[in-house]
Amino acid sequence: MYSFEIESPTSVADAVAALGKEEAQALGGGQTLIPSLKARLAAPSVLVSLKNIDEIKGVSVDGGTITIGGGTTHATVAAEVGGAYPALADLAVNIGDPAVRNRGTIGGSLANNDPSACYPAAALASGATIVTNTREIAADDYFEGMFTTALEEGEIVTAVRFPVPEAAAYIKFEQPASRFALVGVFVAKYADGVRVAVTGASEDGVFRWSEAETALTSKFSADALDGLSLSGDGMISDLHGSGDYRAHLIAVLTKRAVKAAA
Amino acid sequence: MPKDHGIGASQKRREDVRFLTGAGQYTDDINTYGQTYCVFLRSDVAHGTINSLDTSDAEAMPGVVRIFTGKDFEGIGGLPCGWQVTDKHGEPMKEPAHPVLAQGKVRHVGDPIAAVVAESLEEARNAAEAIVYDIAELPAVVDMKAALEAGAAKVHDDLSDNLCYDWQFGSDQAAIDEAFSSAAHVTTLELVNNRLVANPMEPRVALGEYNRANDESTLYTTSQNPHVIRLLMGAFVLGIPEHKLRVVAPDVGGGFGTKIFHYAEEAFVTFASRQINRPVKWTSTRSEAFMSDAHGRDHVTKIELALDADNNFIGLRTDTLANMGAYLSTFSSSVPTWLHGTLMAGNYKTPAIQVNVKAVFTNTVPVDAYRGAGRPEATFQLERLVDKAARELGVDPIALRRQNFIDSFPYATPVAVEYDTGDYTATMDKLEEMIDREGFAARRKESEAKGKLRGLGINCYIEACGIAPSNLVGQLGARAGLYDAATVRVNATGSISVMVGAHSHGQGHETAFPQVVAEMLGIDESMIDIVHGDSSKIPFGMGTYGSRSLAVCGSAMVRATEKIINKAKKIAGHLLEASDADIELKDGQFTVAGTDKSVAWGDVTLAAYVPHNYPLEDIEPGLEETAFYDPANFTYPSGAYACELELDPETGRVTIERFAAADDFGNVVNPMIVEGQVHGGLAQGIGQALLENCVYDENGQLLSASYMDYAMPRAEDVPFYMVDHSCATPCTHNPLGVKGCGEAGAIGSPPAVVNAVIDALHSGGYTHVEHIDMPVSPHRVWKAMQG
Ligand SMILES: Cc1cc2nc3c(=O)[nH]c(=O)nc-3n(C[C@H](O)[C@H](O)[C@H](O)COP(=O)(O)OP(=O)(O)OC[C@H]3O[C@@H](n4cnc5c(N)ncnc54)[C@H](O)[C@@H]3O)c2cc1C
Repeated sequence: MYSFEIESPTSVADAVAALGKEEAQALGGGQTLIPSLKARLAAPSVLVSLKNIDEIKGVSVDGGTITIGGGTTHATVAAEVGGAYPALADLAVNIGDPAVRNRGTIGGSLANNDPSACYPAAALASGATIVTNTREIAADDYFEGMFTTALEEGEIVTAVRFPVPEAAAYIKFEQPASRFALVGVFVAKYADGVRVAVTGASEDGVFRWSEAETALTSKFSADALDGLSLSGDGMISDLHGSGDYRAHLIAVLTKRAVKAAA
Repeated sequence: MPKDHGIGASQKRREDVRFLTGAGQYTDDINTYGQTYCVFLRSDVAHGTINSLDTSDAEAMPGVVRIFTGKDFEGIGGLPCGWQVTDKHGEPMKEPAHPVLAQGKVRHVGDPIAAVVAESLEEARNAAEAIVYDIAELPAVVDMKAALEAGAAKVHDDLSDNLCYDWQFGSDQAAIDEAFSSAAHVTTLELVNNRLVANPMEPRVALGEYNRANDESTLYTTSQNPHVIRLLMGAFVLGIPEHKLRVVAPDVGGGFGTKIFHYAEEAFVTFASRQINRPVKWTSTRSEAFMSDAHGRDHVTKIELALDADNNFIGLRTDTLANMGAYLSTFSSSVPTWLHGTLMAGNYKTPAIQVNVKAVFTNTVPVDAYRGAGRPEATFQLERLVDKAARELGVDPIALRRQNFIDSFPYATPVAVEYDTGDYTATMDKLEEMIDREGFAARRKESEAKGKLRGLGINCYIEACGIAPSNLVGQLGARAGLYDAATVRVNATGSISVMVGAHSHGQGHETAFPQVVAEMLGIDESMIDIVHGDSSKIPFGMGTYGSRSLAVCGSAMVRATEKIINKAKKIAGHLLEASDADIELKDGQFTVAGTDKSVAWGDVTLAAYVPHNYPLEDIEPGLEETAFYDPANFTYPSGAYACELELDPETGRVTIERFAAADDFGNVVNPMIVEGQVHGGLAQGIGQALLENCVYDENGQLLSASYMDYAMPRAEDVPFYMVDHSCATPCTHNPLGVKGCGEAGAIGSPPAVVNAVIDALHSGGYTHVEHIDMPVSPHRVWKAMQG
């Protein structure tokens, strides 16, 4: 770790001001950022901790919408959204280990947009809205590829709004070492159609599998997916699996997600 | 009633209290006055020439005390290899120099180039980043076959090629040729024994301290064998005589073999502390551990089994390439040869066996012993092969094994060792009873109803522990003896300190060793402590590896305790005015046989130290005895293992449902500790079989360089084990009749897992799959299923 200053504002406004400083960076739960600081892969001069900002923490349910503050930990999501959106709670409870869940935040996860992370699949499959200190961004416009999002420098994810689906499930096939998603598929069924989002697989990060969405929208049943497959081209190939294997897993896991949701 | 005291009692491990409550004293917990911190600049390329190395800017950075480079080590010894292997032409193995800091060339990612010593760790890191250097990258050799091809880049320019030795061992060529030409069936298999990173929970740490007042150096280090380090570093690297060099290995948080070896960092901190006259400490980061701890396994083998028309094994031939990495680590050369070739007979009476091993240098981290060391590789080849043979012949894999079991002892194998005892039929019977083989068909049906395949894999193993008879290993090339030593120091009040050469880093010696002495003396274990891990406190010791602690050091302790008893009886005889021949020792009381005249243990020990009424003209006061013990043979634990698993044919994922281990460890001192050792070994074996893999790319970059990519087994990956060690045939040549249990689990389990995977796939119609290399990851299973 290189040395840095740390600030702990208690309001979004103060945090935004602090992030205006030269080489300032937001610190959420630190579960991604602190390891990269320790490995000296990042060298911010100021860390702006979002931990003490109460206005971006917590879960609220309003009719068909769940709003989760950007600073809400995975553990809180796991504990509090189960009633309204069980698939989302199930996703949160399977992230990392208790230490990661008690520290890591949904805002941090979405800002980081790791190609193997779980939340991006939930946000994209749910057609969620990412709320920041300046604007609202539809999930479809938010994810721009591996570790890349529509966020501007210094922009803070203050909340995420999830429309509650009629049925949904997330199936994560774990990478054996990191236990992130080797492939994760989130299926969510809404009155106006089914959305399928895939994480872990594509070199372009989380994506929607549109053929599966069309098939499932006309018939929400695993057999509607029979014969559908994806090509391994453009899929991540690494120690743990080839692109072809990942493409194969997407089809398997999507069926399983539909079965689990139905 | 199970015993609660002495040999055979499942006493809870006394050391766990401090380990589990954070009171352990590990090397990193030791901090000394005036201590400095050391950070190594390590190569980020696999192979290259150091064109320039400029430390001047870095030297001017805040807090820097001194920066060392290869230049500082010119004329100083390199790290020695402790075992000289002679190749099949009678030539000694090639033994390239292994400098403490790189001399002109780097040969693997992680090879240390320079070392910064500074007032703080942070300052040392900053300065290390400021060192300016230029390395001209050279083509790297990574794949062993490619490394042996003509024209391959050479890891060591001064050697003719990358072949360290070409070793052949076992039956003569005519016998082998005869077996294979007369065979009714030959089964052949090519397989890889995957490279592993040991990953002890505690990374390596070394702290060197020099005392100018008496010219003495102390090295605190994470070692399994402090005396061996004193010997190697003192005599071969730094030229410090034993009486001026103390090596302390305090609590050590796991070793698994990788902490046996003498490492550059140990020599460096000892050397540097003498140069700057201040203590120097190095603590490995986890990332450094991946690229500097010796790795394990990494064999590529072709093995062939010849059977006669009645399915008797008549010949076995192997061809192995063994990766040495870039340099010869301390015992690297012995692993694929004497710890591997000698076990190729396994549990079977195959009359003709030939083992061929080529050891190869590559631009990778040195490879050396890892839990089992050579024996897991032998077991994996043989037990996978026998399973394949059974399938090809359409016979039951257990029946084929039983038919070929060695059944009379002692048994001299064609590969130089003589098994003293064993009963392979008994452990196999026990295993069959444990696994409910009859119920397997029904369990398979249940799995199939869920869309899963179910497989049952079994195998046997034999291993050689209790390392080792010094005269034998001397003939085989060992540059050290492999005896051990113990001093039993009885204090005036009767309490006892036993100074042992074995080192406990998770094995539970502090609990088990006192049980033996307590049994012999009839006193309570609480009166006895073990002292280990400090060359200034214990007489000598070769340390702990090769499941040798109880069999070798424990035997020395028994011998020393016998001497104590003899002397104590003389004192008791004097106190009781009887002949010492008539004195009996029972439950801590010395009694004149056939009378009620007795004195207690404490009376005798007090008399030894307050000799007012004492036979001073016949014996010396005091009660302390030392014994060295050199074993007459290896010990040969054996057993039969079974793995039952489910395989998801859609994803290729394997889940172990049941695992059973029937072991013959001879006599057992503490059954609970033995079971714990088996559990740990099984977890490591299952880890190797399903998860762990150390992978380099073709440029020699380490791809699995952190826990994000190197998969360690976790609790959820292993089942509740069924373990049994009731089929005991005691070792015939050591006083306790013990064989050793530390490595069995890791040796015996990988083939059971892979055999079960193949069984599952065949049951699902995937009969083209003959083998899958470890780790049997979901991806590899899926790929194999695709054909
Ligand atoms: C052992 C381990 C296992 C894990 N397993 C999983 C897993 O299975 N699935 C999974 O999805 N994730 C996993 N993670 C990642 C985890 O979910 C992280 O918590 C998450 O990716 C980052 O969230 P954080 O709050 O810790 O962010 P930080 O690490 O603090 O920050 C990450 C990045 O986001 C930025 N940032 C943080 N908060 C905000 C905000 N509110 N607005 C804008 N930018 C922000 C930071 O500046 C930084 O660039 C794992 C992590 C670990 C250490």
